[in-house]
Amino acid sequence: MKTWINAAIGVLALGTLAHAGTVSAATTTLKTVQDRGELHCGVNTGLPGFSQPDQNGHWTGIDVDTCRAIAAAVLGDADKIKFTPLNAKERFTALQSGEIDVLSRNTTWTLTRDASLGLNFTGTNYYDGQGFLVKKSLGVDSAKQLGGATICVQSGTTTELNLADYFRKNGMQYKPLVFDTSDQTVQGFASNRCDVLTSDRSQLAALRSKLQDPSSAKILPEVISKEPLGPVVRQGDDQWFNVVKWCLFAQINAEEMGINSGNVDQIRKDSKDPGVMRLLGTSEDMGQKLGLPADFAYQIIKQVGNYAEMFNRNVGPGTPLDLDRGINALWTDGGILYAPPVR
Amino acid sequence: MPEHEQHPPASRPAPWRNPQVRAIAFQVIALAILAWAGYTIFQNTLHNMQERGIHTGFGFLGQPAGFGIIFSLIPYDETMSYGRTFLVGLLNTLLVSGIGIVLATIVGFIAGIARLSKNWLVSRIAAAYIEIFRNIPLLLQIFFWYFAVLRALPSPRQSMHLGDSVFLNNRGLYVPAPVSQPGMGLVWIALLIAIVAVIAVRFWARRRQLRTGQPFHTFWVGLAIVVGMPLVTFLATGRPISFDLPRLQGFNFSGGMGLIPEFVALLAALTIYTGTFIAETVRAGILSVRHGQTEAALSLGLPQGLVLRLVVIPQAMRVIIPPLTSQYLNLTKNSSLATAIGYPDLVAVFMGTTLNQTGKAVEIVAMTMAVYLAISLAISFVMNMYNRAVALKER
Repeated sequence: MKTWINAAIGVLALGTLAHAGTVSAATTTLKTVQDRGELHCGVNTGLPGFSQPDQNGHWTGIDVDTCRAIAAAVLGDADKIKFTPLNAKERFTALQSGEIDVLSRNTTWTLTRDASLGLNFTGTNYYDGQGFLVKKSLGVDSAKQLGGATICVQSGTTTELNLADYFRKNGMQYKPLVFDTSDQTVQGFASNRCDVLTSDRSQLAALRSKLQDPSSAKILPEVISKEPLGPVVRQGDDQWFNVVKWCLFAQINAEEMGINSGNVDQIRKDSKDPGVMRLLGTSEDMGQKLGLPADFAYQIIKQVGNYAEMFNRNVGPGTPLDLDRGINALWTDGGILYAPPVR
Repeated sequence: MPEHEQHPPASRPAPWRNPQVRAIAFQVIALAILAWAGYTIFQNTLHNMQERGIHTGFGFLGQPAGFGIIFSLIPYDETMSYGRTFLVGLLNTLLVSGIGIVLATIVGFIAGIARLSKNWLVSRIAAAYIEIFRNIPLLLQIFFWYFAVLRALPSPRQSMHLGDSVFLNNRGLYVPAPVSQPGMGLVWIALLIAIVAVIAVRFWARRRQLRTGQPFHTFWVGLAIVVGMPLVTFLATGRPISFDLPRLQGFNFSGGMGLIPEFVALLAALTIYTGTFIAETVRAGILSVRHGQTEAALSLGLPQGLVLRLVVIPQAMRVIIPPLTSQYLNLTKNSSLATAIGYPDLVAVFMGTTLNQTGKAVEIVAMTMAVYLAISLAISFVMNMYNRAVALKER
């Protein structure tokens, strides 16, 4: 009798296991998100200006706004999002396994990641570059003088690789102290365990402001890498890939056309500009081609804003990061932001 | 006999009514289902990953890693392969677990015996140590040691130092590294001869004691031989060791040998935490030896120390060994918390950076799990052999 029960339990357990192993890839991500009524978005566990929960627990930042724009376009409501905070090591697995629909977590677009992880980068929402933060007491003016230094760096990032490349290229020795989270690297730097902290330059200013005495540290002038940061989706679902891609393009195009969250209703009512009318879905139904409602771009601009609004609100002048647009300005303003036309 | 041959089938039950046959059949079926399920899961994973455009395979182990590691027992630099990072991480894990096991055993035995001491103060101190450190989560203890150690120590330029050779600062402990010169080989040979000699002396002393009852100070004589012979050779060959002194160069020390604070913090936390559990195990083992044994030994005129060493501990070991094995396994597995403070162990280096740079999650997680499984099984195997050696021999 006991044997019977054991065998039955065994078969049952194994059956479920084997069943769980099979994944149905029939439904598209867009359909899944619409049916669910909620976008699952992977963000950073806490990075000022990019994704960070505020005092009330609301997520804010450029990467968060990128998610909100997608939710506004797909679901018509920028707040229907479940944010999943991820560290650098977890992010790709979370996306690959389908735990999240889109990864918007200051992730650098590289060839290896694009080609071998089963993922696609949909564009760049912030062009960054890697730099160094050092203690002033070291008396260092250039990264070329950092030979022999101990350097705090976050694990699983391109930062870790660029660092190695830079020191190798310049024939210098260094000691990498690798931590799991950005907070830990700051702690290591603050407690003097390392001489230098390296990260994307957009972060260094914010991290510096977190120090007890911000004037005790300074950012070195060198930019040692290209870090195009952008949203990522799973490979093999071209429809969803297009949706996420065009949500960002819509924001950039809106800025170029001078449409923002304040004037979008007015412009939508009055404008006779064919380009504007196409973008806002008042003349042709561009949304339908993406599988989205006709007013998807309107919803993005109304609820989240154009690229400039998103930038200024989160990282622009007056925010703790206090960054100027730099290369993240529109191509018409001397930057490299350039979105394909809506047509 | 012909009569018997006609009937046997009728007298034997059908195979499915035979409990023995049935039991075996079920086991075979269960095993087949298990194998099938395992195969299905494996195939499914492979298929799904292929469908999603995720590259699989172990080819990445040969590719250059391109990132640095702060602490390595074997030569390593950025140009070496991902396979090498696996080795570096593995050795770092083995280093901290190995030393941790030795130290935790020492701490545990001392604390366990101390807690049973008749001296009020000693037993209270041991009890306080055990109760405090056993009941605080290990991760917190690791953070405590790491940040306590870090904040208390000065920066490299204000190092605490012992002469010109030993430096202590928040980058670690730097000591002179011995560099062997020609002639050092003789010293090693002398050490080897000394060890053989000690074994011989021990053998002879035991035989003599069995024959005449006269004890011999094997320990002290042995110590003299093991230390003395190599020392004499060392001096005779003109001290064939030079020291590479650590020097402050730029920001940090170079030369010499350095121990990074991450290692020290992790080792301290693992030792002190696991030591408490071993102490309780030791106490339980000693208490399991009946008091009559101690009384009998004392009435034979054995001094306290010998009672403990010859009568109590050997019997206690039978109770201590199995749970002690579990503690060793726990310590080894807990060493993976290293990743929290940046000590480059297997999990931090291989399952952290390497996984992220290559994206080979399934392969790397499987390899890492296999390594921990192998280490744990190896420890169990050795401890089980030891257990068999000390187990009660039924004669």
